[in-house]
Amino acid sequence: MLDVLTNVLQTTVLYATPLILTAIGGLYSERSGVVNIGLEGLMTIGAFTAAVVTLATHSPWVGLLAAVAAGVLMALPHAIASVTFRADQVVSGVAINFLALGVSVYLVKAMYDGAAQTPSVPETLKRLPIPGLDQIPVIGPALFNAFPTTYLAVIVVFLSYYILYKTPFGMRLRAVGEHPRAAETMGVNVFRMRYVAVLISGALASAGGAGLSIAIGSEFNETTVAGHGFISLAALIFGKWHPFGAFGAATFFGFAVSLALIGQIFGLTAYVPSEVLNMLPYILTILALAGFVGRAEAPAAIGKPYETGGR
Amino acid sequence: MQVQQRQMRQSPLLTSIVSVILGMLVGAVMMLVAGYNPIQAYIALFTSAFLMPYDIGETIRTITPLILTGLSVGLAFRTGLFNIGVEGQFIIGQLMSVIVALKLDLPPVVHVIVAVIAGAVGGALWAFLPGFLKATRGVHEVITTIMLNFIALYLANTLVRNWLSAGSDSTEKIPESASLRWDVLSSLFGNARIHLGLFLALAAAFVMYYLLWRTTWGFELRSVGFNPQASEYAGMSVKKNLVMSMMISGCFAGLGGATELLGTAEYLSIHGSHTGIGFDGIAVALLGANSPVGILLAASLFGILTYGGSVMQFEASVPYEVIRIVFAAIIFFVAANIVRWAGTKFRKKAVTKDA
Repeated sequence: MLDVLTNVLQTTVLYATPLILTAIGGLYSERSGVVNIGLEGLMTIGAFTAAVVTLATHSPWVGLLAAVAAGVLMALPHAIASVTFRADQVVSGVAINFLALGVSVYLVKAMYDGAAQTPSVPETLKRLPIPGLDQIPVIGPALFNAFPTTYLAVIVVFLSYYILYKTPFGMRLRAVGEHPRAAETMGVNVFRMRYVAVLISGALASAGGAGLSIAIGSEFNETTVAGHGFISLAALIFGKWHPFGAFGAATFFGFAVSLALIGQIFGLTAYVPSEVLNMLPYILTILALAGFVGRAEAPAAIGKPYETGGR
Repeated sequence: MQVQQRQMRQSPLLTSIVSVILGMLVGAVMMLVAGYNPIQAYIALFTSAFLMPYDIGETIRTITPLILTGLSVGLAFRTGLFNIGVEGQFIIGQLMSVIVALKLDLPPVVHVIVAVIAGAVGGALWAFLPGFLKATRGVHEVITTIMLNFIALYLANTLVRNWLSAGSDSTEKIPESASLRWDVLSSLFGNARIHLGLFLALAAAFVMYYLLWRTTWGFELRSVGFNPQASEYAGMSVKKNLVMSMMISGCFAGLGGATELLGTAEYLSIHGSHTGIGFDGIAVALLGANSPVGILLAASLFGILTYGGSVMQFEASVPYEVIRIVFAAIIFFVAANIVRWAGTKFRKKAVTKDA
């Protein structure tokens, strides 16, 4: 029984990690007033870059860094389209998803003689036990013998809370998402803040995607990301656009995903089909939006392109 | 002055043409980067889409669902809604039509008609919820429809596995009485999978035109999308019309799923991820400037690129995904309205020169 519990906990942590990183990434963008439907695409480019660069350099850390850089690069067209060109942000996000999957799979096929997936990555990130703590029964092996990306994700959550709520930069970023006109009157450069926010979201979502290809899995193909970006978006909303909320929601959704995956081991899927468990994050998010599970309220200026000197 | 004002009004046709050309240029650059010859590849792409009667039939088969998902997105846009849930409504359309095809025993012509209607109604009902939540609780339809896409995907998967088949990954082939294929039509095109759904798609394009621009109700639907406050003041029910717009949009998407299933695939299998046809509808609607004729043209272009691209991969070994990159670039250029932007830059320069 305890083994099962450890197993569930371990898988939850495993699958929650990319969701946490990506949801926090989305948090920056959406808090600054730019909708980010493109999280799925940003994760995709991260997963792709991490796998390919790790294969080339034999260092997963270089792979992770390269993924972060690629995420910033992939988020740039979204920033340009939705901030400078004042394009519809949802449309631009959809285009990012098209573009990232297209570029990734195209380059994989071009690089590996038409193969639909990268070769297996031998040098993935390895689990990093925290001496002492990993000896705690049940939770030790799950929480304190995790992949480095998990520790990174937890640090990012607390750091983001500090940045967004305790620093002038964070105040400005949130102000730009709530009332850009007022923020500009106070001397905040709305365009620059939104650019920075969207690029940060690219970096974090891409790091989340990297976790899928060089920690949880060890290759990249067309279905490596398959919806994780959208679950992260759901976690961001279910977590009410707050760092700790998004953290909790992403962890809970990671739990749902892990139950769907390992449910048959202890006979759960005999009662509940795994597909129903997969649906759970989405159903809960709709209920939250409709106000049945606590009201989820979006930043006030979200989705609205900003124009200097308008009314 | 008059001339200037006319220039200010941007032409959607010009925007679309420039965006397509730029999009294909982006594709060409991607091909060069990976060491392919873009001119050869594009020639292979466009010729292979029309090479044999079979290819023409398959190209038309590819275009058919794109028309319907494009109309679905386009009608929603015209009525002030962003239906990003076309993908989910499409899946529900497939699911409902395969249920009717496999579980009901009906005479030939009746069977296929009931199956098509079931798909369209399924799509409309699946779109009802986001419309209803937006009307009553102010929930933005973009988020709810994204969530419903995944719920639809998993719902279809679980029903295929646990109810429509005996634990397998796909259903049986549908009976001939429920098929949209017509021997006469197929034999004209070298037994391609072209099917009668094409005519339903063309009819849907006409319905969208007639409903929105030739009926009072259609005027209300557009009016509510354009300016809800003014419409309310003029005595129109904003909430009712909003829900109806969403349902008509979902109906087109469901019809797309039904015809694709009953005409092209003829069975439903478990999908690991979305079909993509619903998301392509967003690209089609944008490029077609949300007008029925524009959508027909845009769907044709995307259909040719999609089918031609798959043959190109086979014959010129250029990966098919370059077509997805072209699609993405086209969406960016249309959304950023590159023509208007270039226009304002040019005008600003001209003004400073005059001064």
